[in-house]
Amino acid sequence: MIEPGIPAPGFRLHDHAGNEVALEDFSGRRLVIAFYPLDFSAVCTDQLSIYQEVLGEIEARDATLVGISVDSAACHAAFREKLGLTFPLLADFHPKGEVCAAYGAYLDDWGHSNRSLVLVERDGTVAWSFAAPTPLEIPGANLIFDALDGA
Amino acid sequence: MVSSLGSAAVPPPGEGDHVRGDGPLAVLYLDLACPRCAGSWGRISALPLRLCVRHFPVASKRPRSPALHHAAEAVAAQSEPAFWDFWDSLLGDRAYVDDPHLWERVRAMGLDLERFQADRRSESVIARVDRDFRSGIRAGVTGTPAGFAGTNPLGPDLEAGLEELCLRGERA
Repeated sequence: MIEPGIPAPGFRLHDHAGNEVALEDFSGRRLVIAFYPLDFSAVCTDQLSIYQEVLGEIEARDATLVGISVDSAACHAAFREKLGLTFPLLADFHPKGEVCAAYGAYLDDWGHSNRSLVLVERDGTVAWSFAAPTPLEIPGANLIFDALDGA
Repeated sequence: MVSSLGSAAVPPPGEGDHVRGDGPLAVLYLDLACPRCAGSWGRISALPLRLCVRHFPVASKRPRSPALHHAAEAVAAQSEPAFWDFWDSLLGDRAYVDDPHLWERVRAMGLDLERFQADRRSESVIARVDRDFRSGIRAGVTGTPAGFAGTNPLGPDLEAGLEELCLRGERA
């Protein structure tokens, strides 16, 4: 997993609506990236729903939340609609998992990312990262707030 | 200043909490519109445990959830035994959770319907449900049903964890 203190690896990915989104689009604001295994799997569904519930509180801390998985933009669009998510989902679809791997979140044996959280500060530096011990364990939203509030 | 959502242990049962039964303490975070909560509630509620139930409505996923939790809290404002009847009934019959069904339950329990309607939208009821949701977030709840044995989180197989807790209680 990527360590705090180094510049966040750049990326250029399509979001759920097919728009290109790059790391630098978030500069000047804090960015929370939630890497997760797959759209529509039961455990992921819980994870992103919980993050959606506290999205307002994340944004109140001058932070933007995005989700990244290896699913396609079209799949992300359907998943977002199903769960009522309002934050962007980015498609690390082609070349598959390249951005996940750059952040040390890709699981070669599984073919998708693990469950990781990364906080990128306003200057583009990684401020905090967390990787769940297994893809079945969900990092709670409390961890995001610990990081954002500098606990 | 926004209030904290950072990590904190699950609070022990306190004033305003809903607690029922005798035995080892389990604190549960449930969503009244969650099929998994409903599916396991019959078995969980029959266990010899002291159960403290808390509100954990996941609105984005289940838009009806907050209304049901607010309704349950509005029932509690009139009668704690009625709260438990209402809670059991909502989890036991997920097909009948529209407003007219709620009113029918309130009337059948002999409660004041007008007061119920006012209370369910009151600031204190909304704050009460929010209090539970926030304590769940702070304790790391990431889905429902979630449970704690005292303050220790139980695993994803909640029923198995609670059964184990009962057995430990018997041995203690």
